[in-house]
Amino acid sequence: MSQILSIENLAVTLQGDQRVIEDISLEVPEGEIVGIAGESGSGKSLTAAALLGLLPDRSQTSGHAWWRGGAEPRDLLTLDQRSWNRVRGREIAMVFQDATAALHPMLTVGTQITEHMRVHLQLSRRDARRRAVELLDRVRIPDPEASLRSYPHQFSGGMRQRVAIAAALACQPRLLIADEPTTALDVTVQAGILRLLEELRAETGLSVLFITHDLAVLAALTTQAYVFREGRVIESGATEELLFHPRHEYTKTLVAARPQADDWDEPEQVAR
Amino acid sequence: MLLGFLLRRGVITVVLLVGVTLVSFLLIQAVPGDTMSATLSEQALQDPEIVAAYRARWGLDEPLYVQYLVYMRNVLQGDLGVSQQTGRPVLDDLLTYVPATLEIALPAMLLSLVLGVAIGLYAAVKHDRAGDHAVRAGTLIGLSTPPFWLALVVLYVFFYLLGVSPSGGRLSTWIVPPERVTGSVVIDSALAGRWDAAWDAIQHTALPVLVLTVLTVAMLVRFVRSAMLEVLDADYVRAARAKGLPTSRVLTAHVLRAGLVPVITVSGLAFASMLSGTVLVEQIFSWPGVGQYAFRSASALDVPAVLGVSLFVAVVYTVVNLLVDLAYGLIDPRIRLS
Repeated sequence: MSQILSIENLAVTLQGDQRVIEDISLEVPEGEIVGIAGESGSGKSLTAAALLGLLPDRSQTSGHAWWRGGAEPRDLLTLDQRSWNRVRGREIAMVFQDATAALHPMLTVGTQITEHMRVHLQLSRRDARRRAVELLDRVRIPDPEASLRSYPHQFSGGMRQRVAIAAALACQPRLLIADEPTTALDVTVQAGILRLLEELRAETGLSVLFITHDLAVLAALTTQAYVFREGRVIESGATEELLFHPRHEYTKTLVAARPQADDWDEPEQVAR
Repeated sequence: MLLGFLLRRGVITVVLLVGVTLVSFLLIQAVPGDTMSATLSEQALQDPEIVAAYRARWGLDEPLYVQYLVYMRNVLQGDLGVSQQTGRPVLDDLLTYVPATLEIALPAMLLSLVLGVAIGLYAAVKHDRAGDHAVRAGTLIGLSTPPFWLALVVLYVFFYLLGVSPSGGRLSTWIVPPERVTGSVVIDSALAGRWDAAWDAIQHTALPVLVLTVLTVAMLVRFVRSAMLEVLDADYVRAARAKGLPTSRVLTAHVLRAGLVPVITVSGLAFASMLSGTVLVEQIFSWPGVGQYAFRSASALDVPAVLGVSLFVAVVYTVVNLLVDLAYGLIDPRIRLS
């Protein structure tokens, strides 16, 4: 299986010589969902930011992030602004933790789903809206036509995250980076979103890099997983192996510390 | 929904206007000094007959609340009284002076908005880099410059040293003023097809507009900068960038849009204060605007004129606030749809 993304020895230093990512190597096979687990401050979200060129100003990176989802393999860490705008949204898209904050409160859902389609795919307004209706239908938003004219605050939290996913998928990216997309949602809504992601993977061959601190979610959704701590990968491998037979002390602590040990055998199972 | 909003605002406006007239009516009574001694000559004041006639003429022999009620009844009929100083109806005076103030306040406000938003956004994007520091230093200078001093300096430079600008007034003395239609010399000249007069009038507005703009821009830039800095950090801006949108689109459609609400509030206040309180600037440029009228009326204790100006200022503030609130609704669907 080919790797659509290979991160080799990524290190990130923020302004003021603050080293936040020490050494991270990671692979995302095409068409799979790969998980990153770790506590806050472990470098999960900054890794995602590095992959989209959205690190804070004056950050320094070293290492490589080989991206094979475009016309030819490229190192994402060396892209200039113009190349970035062709990768972002078009080849790699992102879903954020809190859809309420990540959707613009004053722009209609329609605008937020179509604006980058019109830039990347050069679609006319009409075609973009037609495709937006399909997308909203795809992520199970009721009455997609009317939803296009609605604003984010008119949706529930789970529906907002679905809208954000629809927007992320608008230009048919090859990789979706999902940064704790279900953390802000309650459990039943969360299960729906996870099921949606798995369906999308199965049907369209979308690769997903799924960031979470929730080991149950990791078990339910991912095949491969990486455990981050203090800017390093401390353990990686097949998700089940990793969770049920952790080798590293830290992973053992994480597994032991999960909130409801009784639920462990029945996480929100996703239809595979 | 909109109708309910307007109704609510209408009631508030009426209460506010009654309050303002009452307070200014009482305040002017409390001012030490007497309208009579400000108007009548020393000799006339000695003559009880003249004094009595004067008091009867202006209703000063009635109790205070009667005076107020009579005043309000007249106001409601569009009669603001007669200025003791100009001898003309106060409403006519206001209709003469307000357009003059508008002629410099409107262009100054438009310029300030465009420049303030552009420079403020630039500074926010360049946060903590050279461009931002330069803008902040500039606004500090702009804000700490007294308007009358700036007015004198630009007069000295552009009129005295460079000779490129007139010294004051609305029109050069050798040009016959156009027939009055709107009260704006620039527009009236253009309406009459007298382009030379219009151009001359525009030149006369240049320096006062410049002075008003410098002060307002400096203040606006600070507000825009901090509003935009907050928005630039928002998740939805990161999300917009993650979509691969061009920077120009991220800044205009996403950042500006979200940061505009506080900016509009401040702009409204700035405009209202420009309309009602540019006394010093109008004084230095011999600009016959509301500020000058208010100043002269107040120093002459011309009660009907002072009350008229107070009413005007109150109306300006309420109307501007109403427009600001309507603009919120236009910009932010959460306000419009809730």
